[in-house]
Formats: sequence, C-alpha cells, structure tokens
Amino acid sequence: MKRNDDFDTRRESLKHLSDEELHHRFWQLSQQLVRPMIELAQTHTTPSIERSVLLRMGASSIEASAIVGYAMACGVMSRGVGHCVIQVRDHYGISLRQSIEQCCDEAFFNKHFSPGGLLHETV
Amino acid sequence: MKPFDQKLDIEAILNDLEHYVPRRKGWTWHKRAGRQKIGKFEFLDMSENLKTSIGLPASHAFDSIDPQPKAIITTEIASGRFEDDIRRMRMAAIHGADHMMVIRTAGQSHFDGLIEGTPQGVGGIPITRKQVRAQRKALDMIEDEVGRPINYHSYVSGVAGPEIAVMFVEEGVNGAHQDPQYNILYRNINMVRSFVDAAESKKIMAYGQLAQIDGAHNANATAVEAWKVTPELLVQHAINTTFSLACGINEENICLSTVPPTAPPAPCVRMDLPYAIALRQLFCNVRMRAQMNTKYMESSVREATVTHTLNLLISQLTSADIQSTITPDEGRNVPWHIYNIEAIDTAKQVFAGLDGINEYLKIDLDNPQLKAEVRQLKERAVLMMEEMLEVGGYFESVAQGFFVDSGFYPQRNGDGIARKVQGGIAADTVYPRGKDYFAPVTAHFGDNHPELYGTDDPVSVISGCTFEDRSKIIYIDELDETDNVYLRLEETRRMRDQGIVKPEMEWQHDGVVLLTMFFPLSVDLAKAAALSMAKQMNLQETEVIHTEIMHPMEGTRVEVKGKVPFEIEINSLKIEEKPKMMDEEQLKAAVIAKPFKIIAATVGEDEHSVGLREIIDIKHGGIEKFGFECIYLGTSVALSKLVDAAIETSADAILISTIISHDDVHYKNMRKLHDICLEKGVRDRLILVAGGTQVTPELARRNGMDEGFGRKTKGQQVATFLVLRRNEARG
Repeated sequence: MKRNDDFDTRRESLKHLSDEELHHRFWQLSQQLVRPMIELAQTHTTPSIERSVLLRMGASSIEASAIVGYAMACGVMSRGVGHCVIQVRDHYGISLRQSIEQCCDEAFFNKHFSPGGLLHETV
Repeated sequence: MKPFDQKLDIEAILNDLEHYVPRRKGWTWHKRAGRQKIGKFEFLDMSENLKTSIGLPASHAFDSIDPQPKAIITTEIASGRFEDDIRRMRMAAIHGADHMMVIRTAGQSHFDGLIEGTPQGVGGIPITRKQVRAQRKALDMIEDEVGRPINYHSYVSGVAGPEIAVMFVEEGVNGAHQDPQYNILYRNINMVRSFVDAAESKKIMAYGQLAQIDGAHNANATAVEAWKVTPELLVQHAINTTFSLACGINEENICLSTVPPTAPPAPCVRMDLPYAIALRQLFCNVRMRAQMNTKYMESSVREATVTHTLNLLISQLTSADIQSTITPDEGRNVPWHIYNIEAIDTAKQVFAGLDGINEYLKIDLDNPQLKAEVRQLKERAVLMMEEMLEVGGYFESVAQGFFVDSGFYPQRNGDGIARKVQGGIAADTVYPRGKDYFAPVTAHFGDNHPELYGTDDPVSVISGCTFEDRSKIIYIDELDETDNVYLRLEETRRMRDQGIVKPEMEWQHDGVVLLTMFFPLSVDLAKAAALSMAKQMNLQETEVIHTEIMHPMEGTRVEVKGKVPFEIEINSLKIEEKPKMMDEEQLKAAVIAKPFKIIAATVGEDEHSVGLREIIDIKHGGIEKFGFECIYLGTSVALSKLVDAAIETSADAILISTIISHDDVHYKNMRKLHDICLEKGVRDRLILVAGGTQVTPELARRNGMDEGFGRKTKGQQVATFLVLRRNEARG
C-alpha cells in the first residue's frame, strides 16, 4: 500500500488531547492490540513450550525432542506432553525418570497414546 | 585466579563442567556511587571503581584513575569459537564492560530444539548448555578479578525460545533478547507461533529475573531511511513491553533497545533527539538500553567511532541504563579483539569526559520546535496503532506490511515487510490446550490444570522441577566427534605448551595482521598496489578492507588484512631492559657528594617545552629535586649555543628535548650535537641526553647520544642515568 503523508488530516482527532491524554491513549491502544495475543498464548501450546516443560521435568534436550515429536504424531498435544509422561509414571507406578526414558521409545509411546491406545483418552 | 599474573586456563574451565553450579541468577544493575572523589577529581555521576582495571591511554597523566560509567557497558562478542571469546571477555571486563552479549551462530533461530556440545559457529556461537556453562564459569572467575558482577547475555528467540529460556535460567544467564516481533519480521517465523512461544519464554525469564532487551532497533538497521521508522519503533516497543508485563516481567527488567537512527553527515543529533525524548517520556517506567548506530557504518573505524560518540552524547543528555557498544570494525569484518576494547573505551572515555555535564547543560524541553516534534512522533505512533486495530489487529497489520515501511507513518511506501498469518517457518504448530491440559512445572504461562491431581501447585506433582532441584538437569557434553572444542584446542596446543606465538585478531593462532598505508595512486591502482605489497611481504589470504580517497589523483589510504605464515618462539625474544632507578635518597647523596650541573633546552625549531620542564622542574618531580643545578636556555636554541654554555659553566651534561620528528630531524639534531662536542674537544667530559615523545633510546644512542628517553619518562629515571654514567666515566 502506498499513501502520502496525511498526518495533518489524520491528527484532527488527537490534536485536542493534552499530553497526558495522549500518553494514556498510547498505552490503552497498546493494551487493546496485545490482549488477543495474550488470550491466544493462554489457551494454546507449541512443540517448543512442551519441550521446555519436559526439560524442566528432567528430560534431556534429545529426549524432549523425541517425545514431543511422538506426541504430535499421536495427536495428544492438547493435554500437554508433560502430562503424558505423568500418566505413564502413574499407570506403571515407576519413577519420573523411568517414565521419561520409557516415553523415548517410539513404539511404547504409540502403543499408549495413538488413537485406541491404552492412555489415548485422559483418565 | 590472581589478577594479572596468569592466563586463563581454558582446559581447566572445561574440566568438570558437568558439576559446575552458577553463583547466582538474575540481572545485576550497578550501584550508583553519587558524588565521589577519584584521584584528584570529583565525579558526580559515575559508578564504583573496579578492583582491577586498565584505564584509558591518557590516564597515566591523571594518576592512573579509571572512572567507570554509571550505565552498564555492553560488549558484543561473536567470533564463532567460545573458547577464544572467553579470553576476549576477560580483556573487555578489565576495560570496563560488565555485560557480555554473546551473538548466536547464523541459523540458530531456525534450529528446532537445543543444540548441544561445542560446535564452531559462523558470526557467533551455537548457544548450547556446555558453551553457556563454560562461559558463565569463566565469567565467575573474571568477576573476582575486576571486583564486580558481570551480566551474561544471549538470545531467547527462534523456534526454540522457551527451551532456551529454561536452559538460561538453569545456567545463570542474566539477560536475553526476547521479542516475538523479531522472529516474525526478520526470521520469517510464523507470527502466531512466535507470540505463543514468547509468552512462555517471558514467564520463564521473569522467574529467572533476567533482563529483557527487545528487538525494535532492527527496524533502524533494515529500513531504507532509518529516521523515518521512528513512529513504528514506538509501536514495536509498546507491543513487546505490554506483552512482557502481562507475562510477569518486572518493569525494572524490561529494557528497550533504542538506537539514534541517523548519522553524520546528516544533522543527526538534532534529528535523533526528539525521538529519544519521545521514547523516554512514553516509556518512563522501563529501562533504556542505548545501542549505537550500525545502519550507516562503512569500513572507516574513525567515522564509526565519531558517530558512536555522538550516540553517546544523546545517551548522556537523555538516559541510558545499559549502554551497548558497537565495535567500530563491524562494517568490515566479524569484530576483532582490539575493536571490542576500542568500543568499550570509547564509551568509558565519553562518559568520563561528560560526567556531571547535565548539571550545566539541559535540553530545552520548552523549545517550541522540539516540543512539536516530540508530540508529533507520539501522535504518529498513536495513529498507527489506531489503524492497526481498524484493520483487525496486530497479525493483520503485519500481513498488510505496516512494519519496516520506509514511509514516515502515516506515509506508506508499500515496501514494508509483510508476513502471512498462516505462513512462515513453523506455521501450523500451535495447538489448543484441552480441559485436561497439564504441565507439572514452575513458571508456566497460561491455562494449566493441576486440580486434575488434587493440587493447586503444578510442580508438586513431580516434587519440584529443575528450577527447584538442579540435580534433575541432564547435562550433555559433546555430540559431534568431528566438531568440538577439544579438537580445536588440539590444533593450537603447540602454541600454549611450546611457547610459540602468532599475532591474533579473533582466534588463537589465526596470524591475522592489519596494515595501513598510503599510495600516491588512484583508488583502484592503490588497492592493487596494496595487495601486491602484501604478497611481497609473504602475507596470505590478503584482502583490502578499507580505502579512503585522499585526492582522486594524488592518492589513497588503504588498509589490508592478511595472515602471517610464520610463528615466533617466545624464548627467542629479547625484551628491552627496564631503566634502572635509584631511590631519592641515593640520588640526593650522590649529588651532594659531587655537585652536578646540566644545560637544557629544546633544540631546532621546536617550541614544545612541557616535557623538558617536567624532567627538570622541582615542582613536577624533576631532577632539580635531587639537587641537580639546571640551567635552562629556553626553546629553539641553537646546538652550538648549548655546547658553548656547557663549556662556559663547566656543566656535566647537556639535555636536549625534541618533539618534532618530521624527516627524522630529531635524530639529525642529536648527531649534530655529538659532532659539535667532538669538534670542540668536549665530547669526553659531557654526558649527552635527548628526550621526546618520538625518541627511541636505541636510535638516540646510535646517533651519538649517551642515552635517549621516550614517552612517559620520569625525572628520577634521567637523574639515575646521569649519576650512574658519571660514576662509570670516573671509573
């Protein structure tokens, strides 16, 4: 899009604002612009977020990448990949670390989390 | 590590890294010292002195003081080898940098996950846990040398932001760039993904109390006419700031990356000031990270330094909590060690020189023109945000190319960077969280359902994550047997173990040197001549990195870089002996026992007498203090007159001072003085001494003097020489 500098006409609505009012308007608009992105972030996740969760749970970066890849393929991102690891831990009564290692086995992960798998539906 | 007395042992730093625990987390701001006396001077606005530091070159004339600016001083390091960067960090710290910003290797933004090990980078290093941990460990040692905390910093961006943020908190990294707009505009990473990732990254950074630097300054560097994107910059800063606050980052750790957009020969200070003021007024609650201009950097380091000095003037007149420095050689190569130090010293020099000036010099905020320009920038930014909302919000406005357009908004030139909402790298990788979504960790942003496990504390489900219990961190050492630090260190081992050295600009043993020259030729011929010369000097991989036309017909300045093909054995080197120094009492006793008379003057057509007066005068600690009788004949004195005066007064010595050195006139005068003394038959009984800034002792001796004294000579040294030489002559 090309447009000449029409600042003088556009500023009509702003020119009567005091400096304080303009300041306030600036921040109010910024809030309005950012709000939808905050809501989006509150209600969504991504592979990197899930890998970061697994790292914090004690997975290595290599384990985290593998497990999140399997979770995407199985369509279980919506419950959280860390949650999958917890479910395996609780289902088998094993340690968190053992569960992480188990989940790195693709066949094991698919058996539990692909559609129809043991843990595909949340308990 | 004791200051100064040993080199950093990189191999010791790498040893047992697996168990290294960083000292602290979070950013450290300077303690403001207020009014303080440093040396002879009162400073109004500097920070605390360092325990160990290297002052500016002129500091020797000011009792070697080294006042440190109140702003945190950043240096950016990007050689590609983290082990060599560690040595550069130590050099930077002792000159006054306390914010080490590590540039990432090209392409890391698009790497889906963490990189591990120590592969070599291009234009930066791959940011891995091992490299970060090694550098943090080294900085913990360097902190002890300089006696203040050093902030360590890199980037939380790309498609692995949240993971990098976790690793940074675990490893004690203190600051990071984080701005989803950077991903979108400059890395073409999907915009939805970038914002969702950013929320998690920011929440993690908030937990770790990292300082955050945004990415708005990149628009300056990208836009065709950098000064026209200023309204948009205000918008970009606002979006990242508002988003960061919503994610929990404190105002005191939100730093806006701001660059004076223009450079000379434009009237840049007057043009850039309204923007600097508008920004600081709108964002009065957050911090300013002042960056130097890179957009208009060519290959002249002198020109870059002057532009950067003007940038520092704007920082001084407005404010800067963090002052970044740009190496003046960035316009011609990946920065070299020496230019990191030059850039740090430029900032230190300007801020010391301008200390307290704001008490006398204030921006006239009531100036109608300035006021109108500040107001206009704010209005233009508000209008842009209004239109962004009208077209459907931030994502839609990026899709319509609102950003980095070269028009002065609301002017639009249609050349902005447009990205598709559903396009870019990692599009379609954002997943809605279900009602059963759960992440059992600390510092997680957004919906989470720990109540599924009967608790309101998610991390209790795993009894603490790595943030509470670092024993859970899995440390990976190396993954690539063909590309790692041990192989690189093996290549240079001989250098360290066998006492061999090569000149170095970037990496140990790189052999790179820089030559500056002038050819009385036009630019193309001068370049060819420079390369021919470098080849005849046996330099390898030669390249012309700078030319400046002195006159199209009369000549060109050329700078050439190249690599030397040889090595130097350190044991074969001879160090010129340090001058002997008798103590004051010994000197006085010697002169009382046998009085000592000297004749002194500046010779030739030389009116510079300051240096000689310092060597002679009692009030400057000169030789009079030890009882010498000094007959000072003045400036530009004829050599024969000096000799005659020496004969007439039965003097023991003649001291000449000569600053002017064109055509070696100083050495010619020395030779002449010697010859006149021979002619008159008094050479044996007179001690002849020459001094001056361009005097090399060895050359002075070769030109008939008993001794020569160069820059930084003290009276006591000259007195010692005179007494010892007289004793020798007496046998």
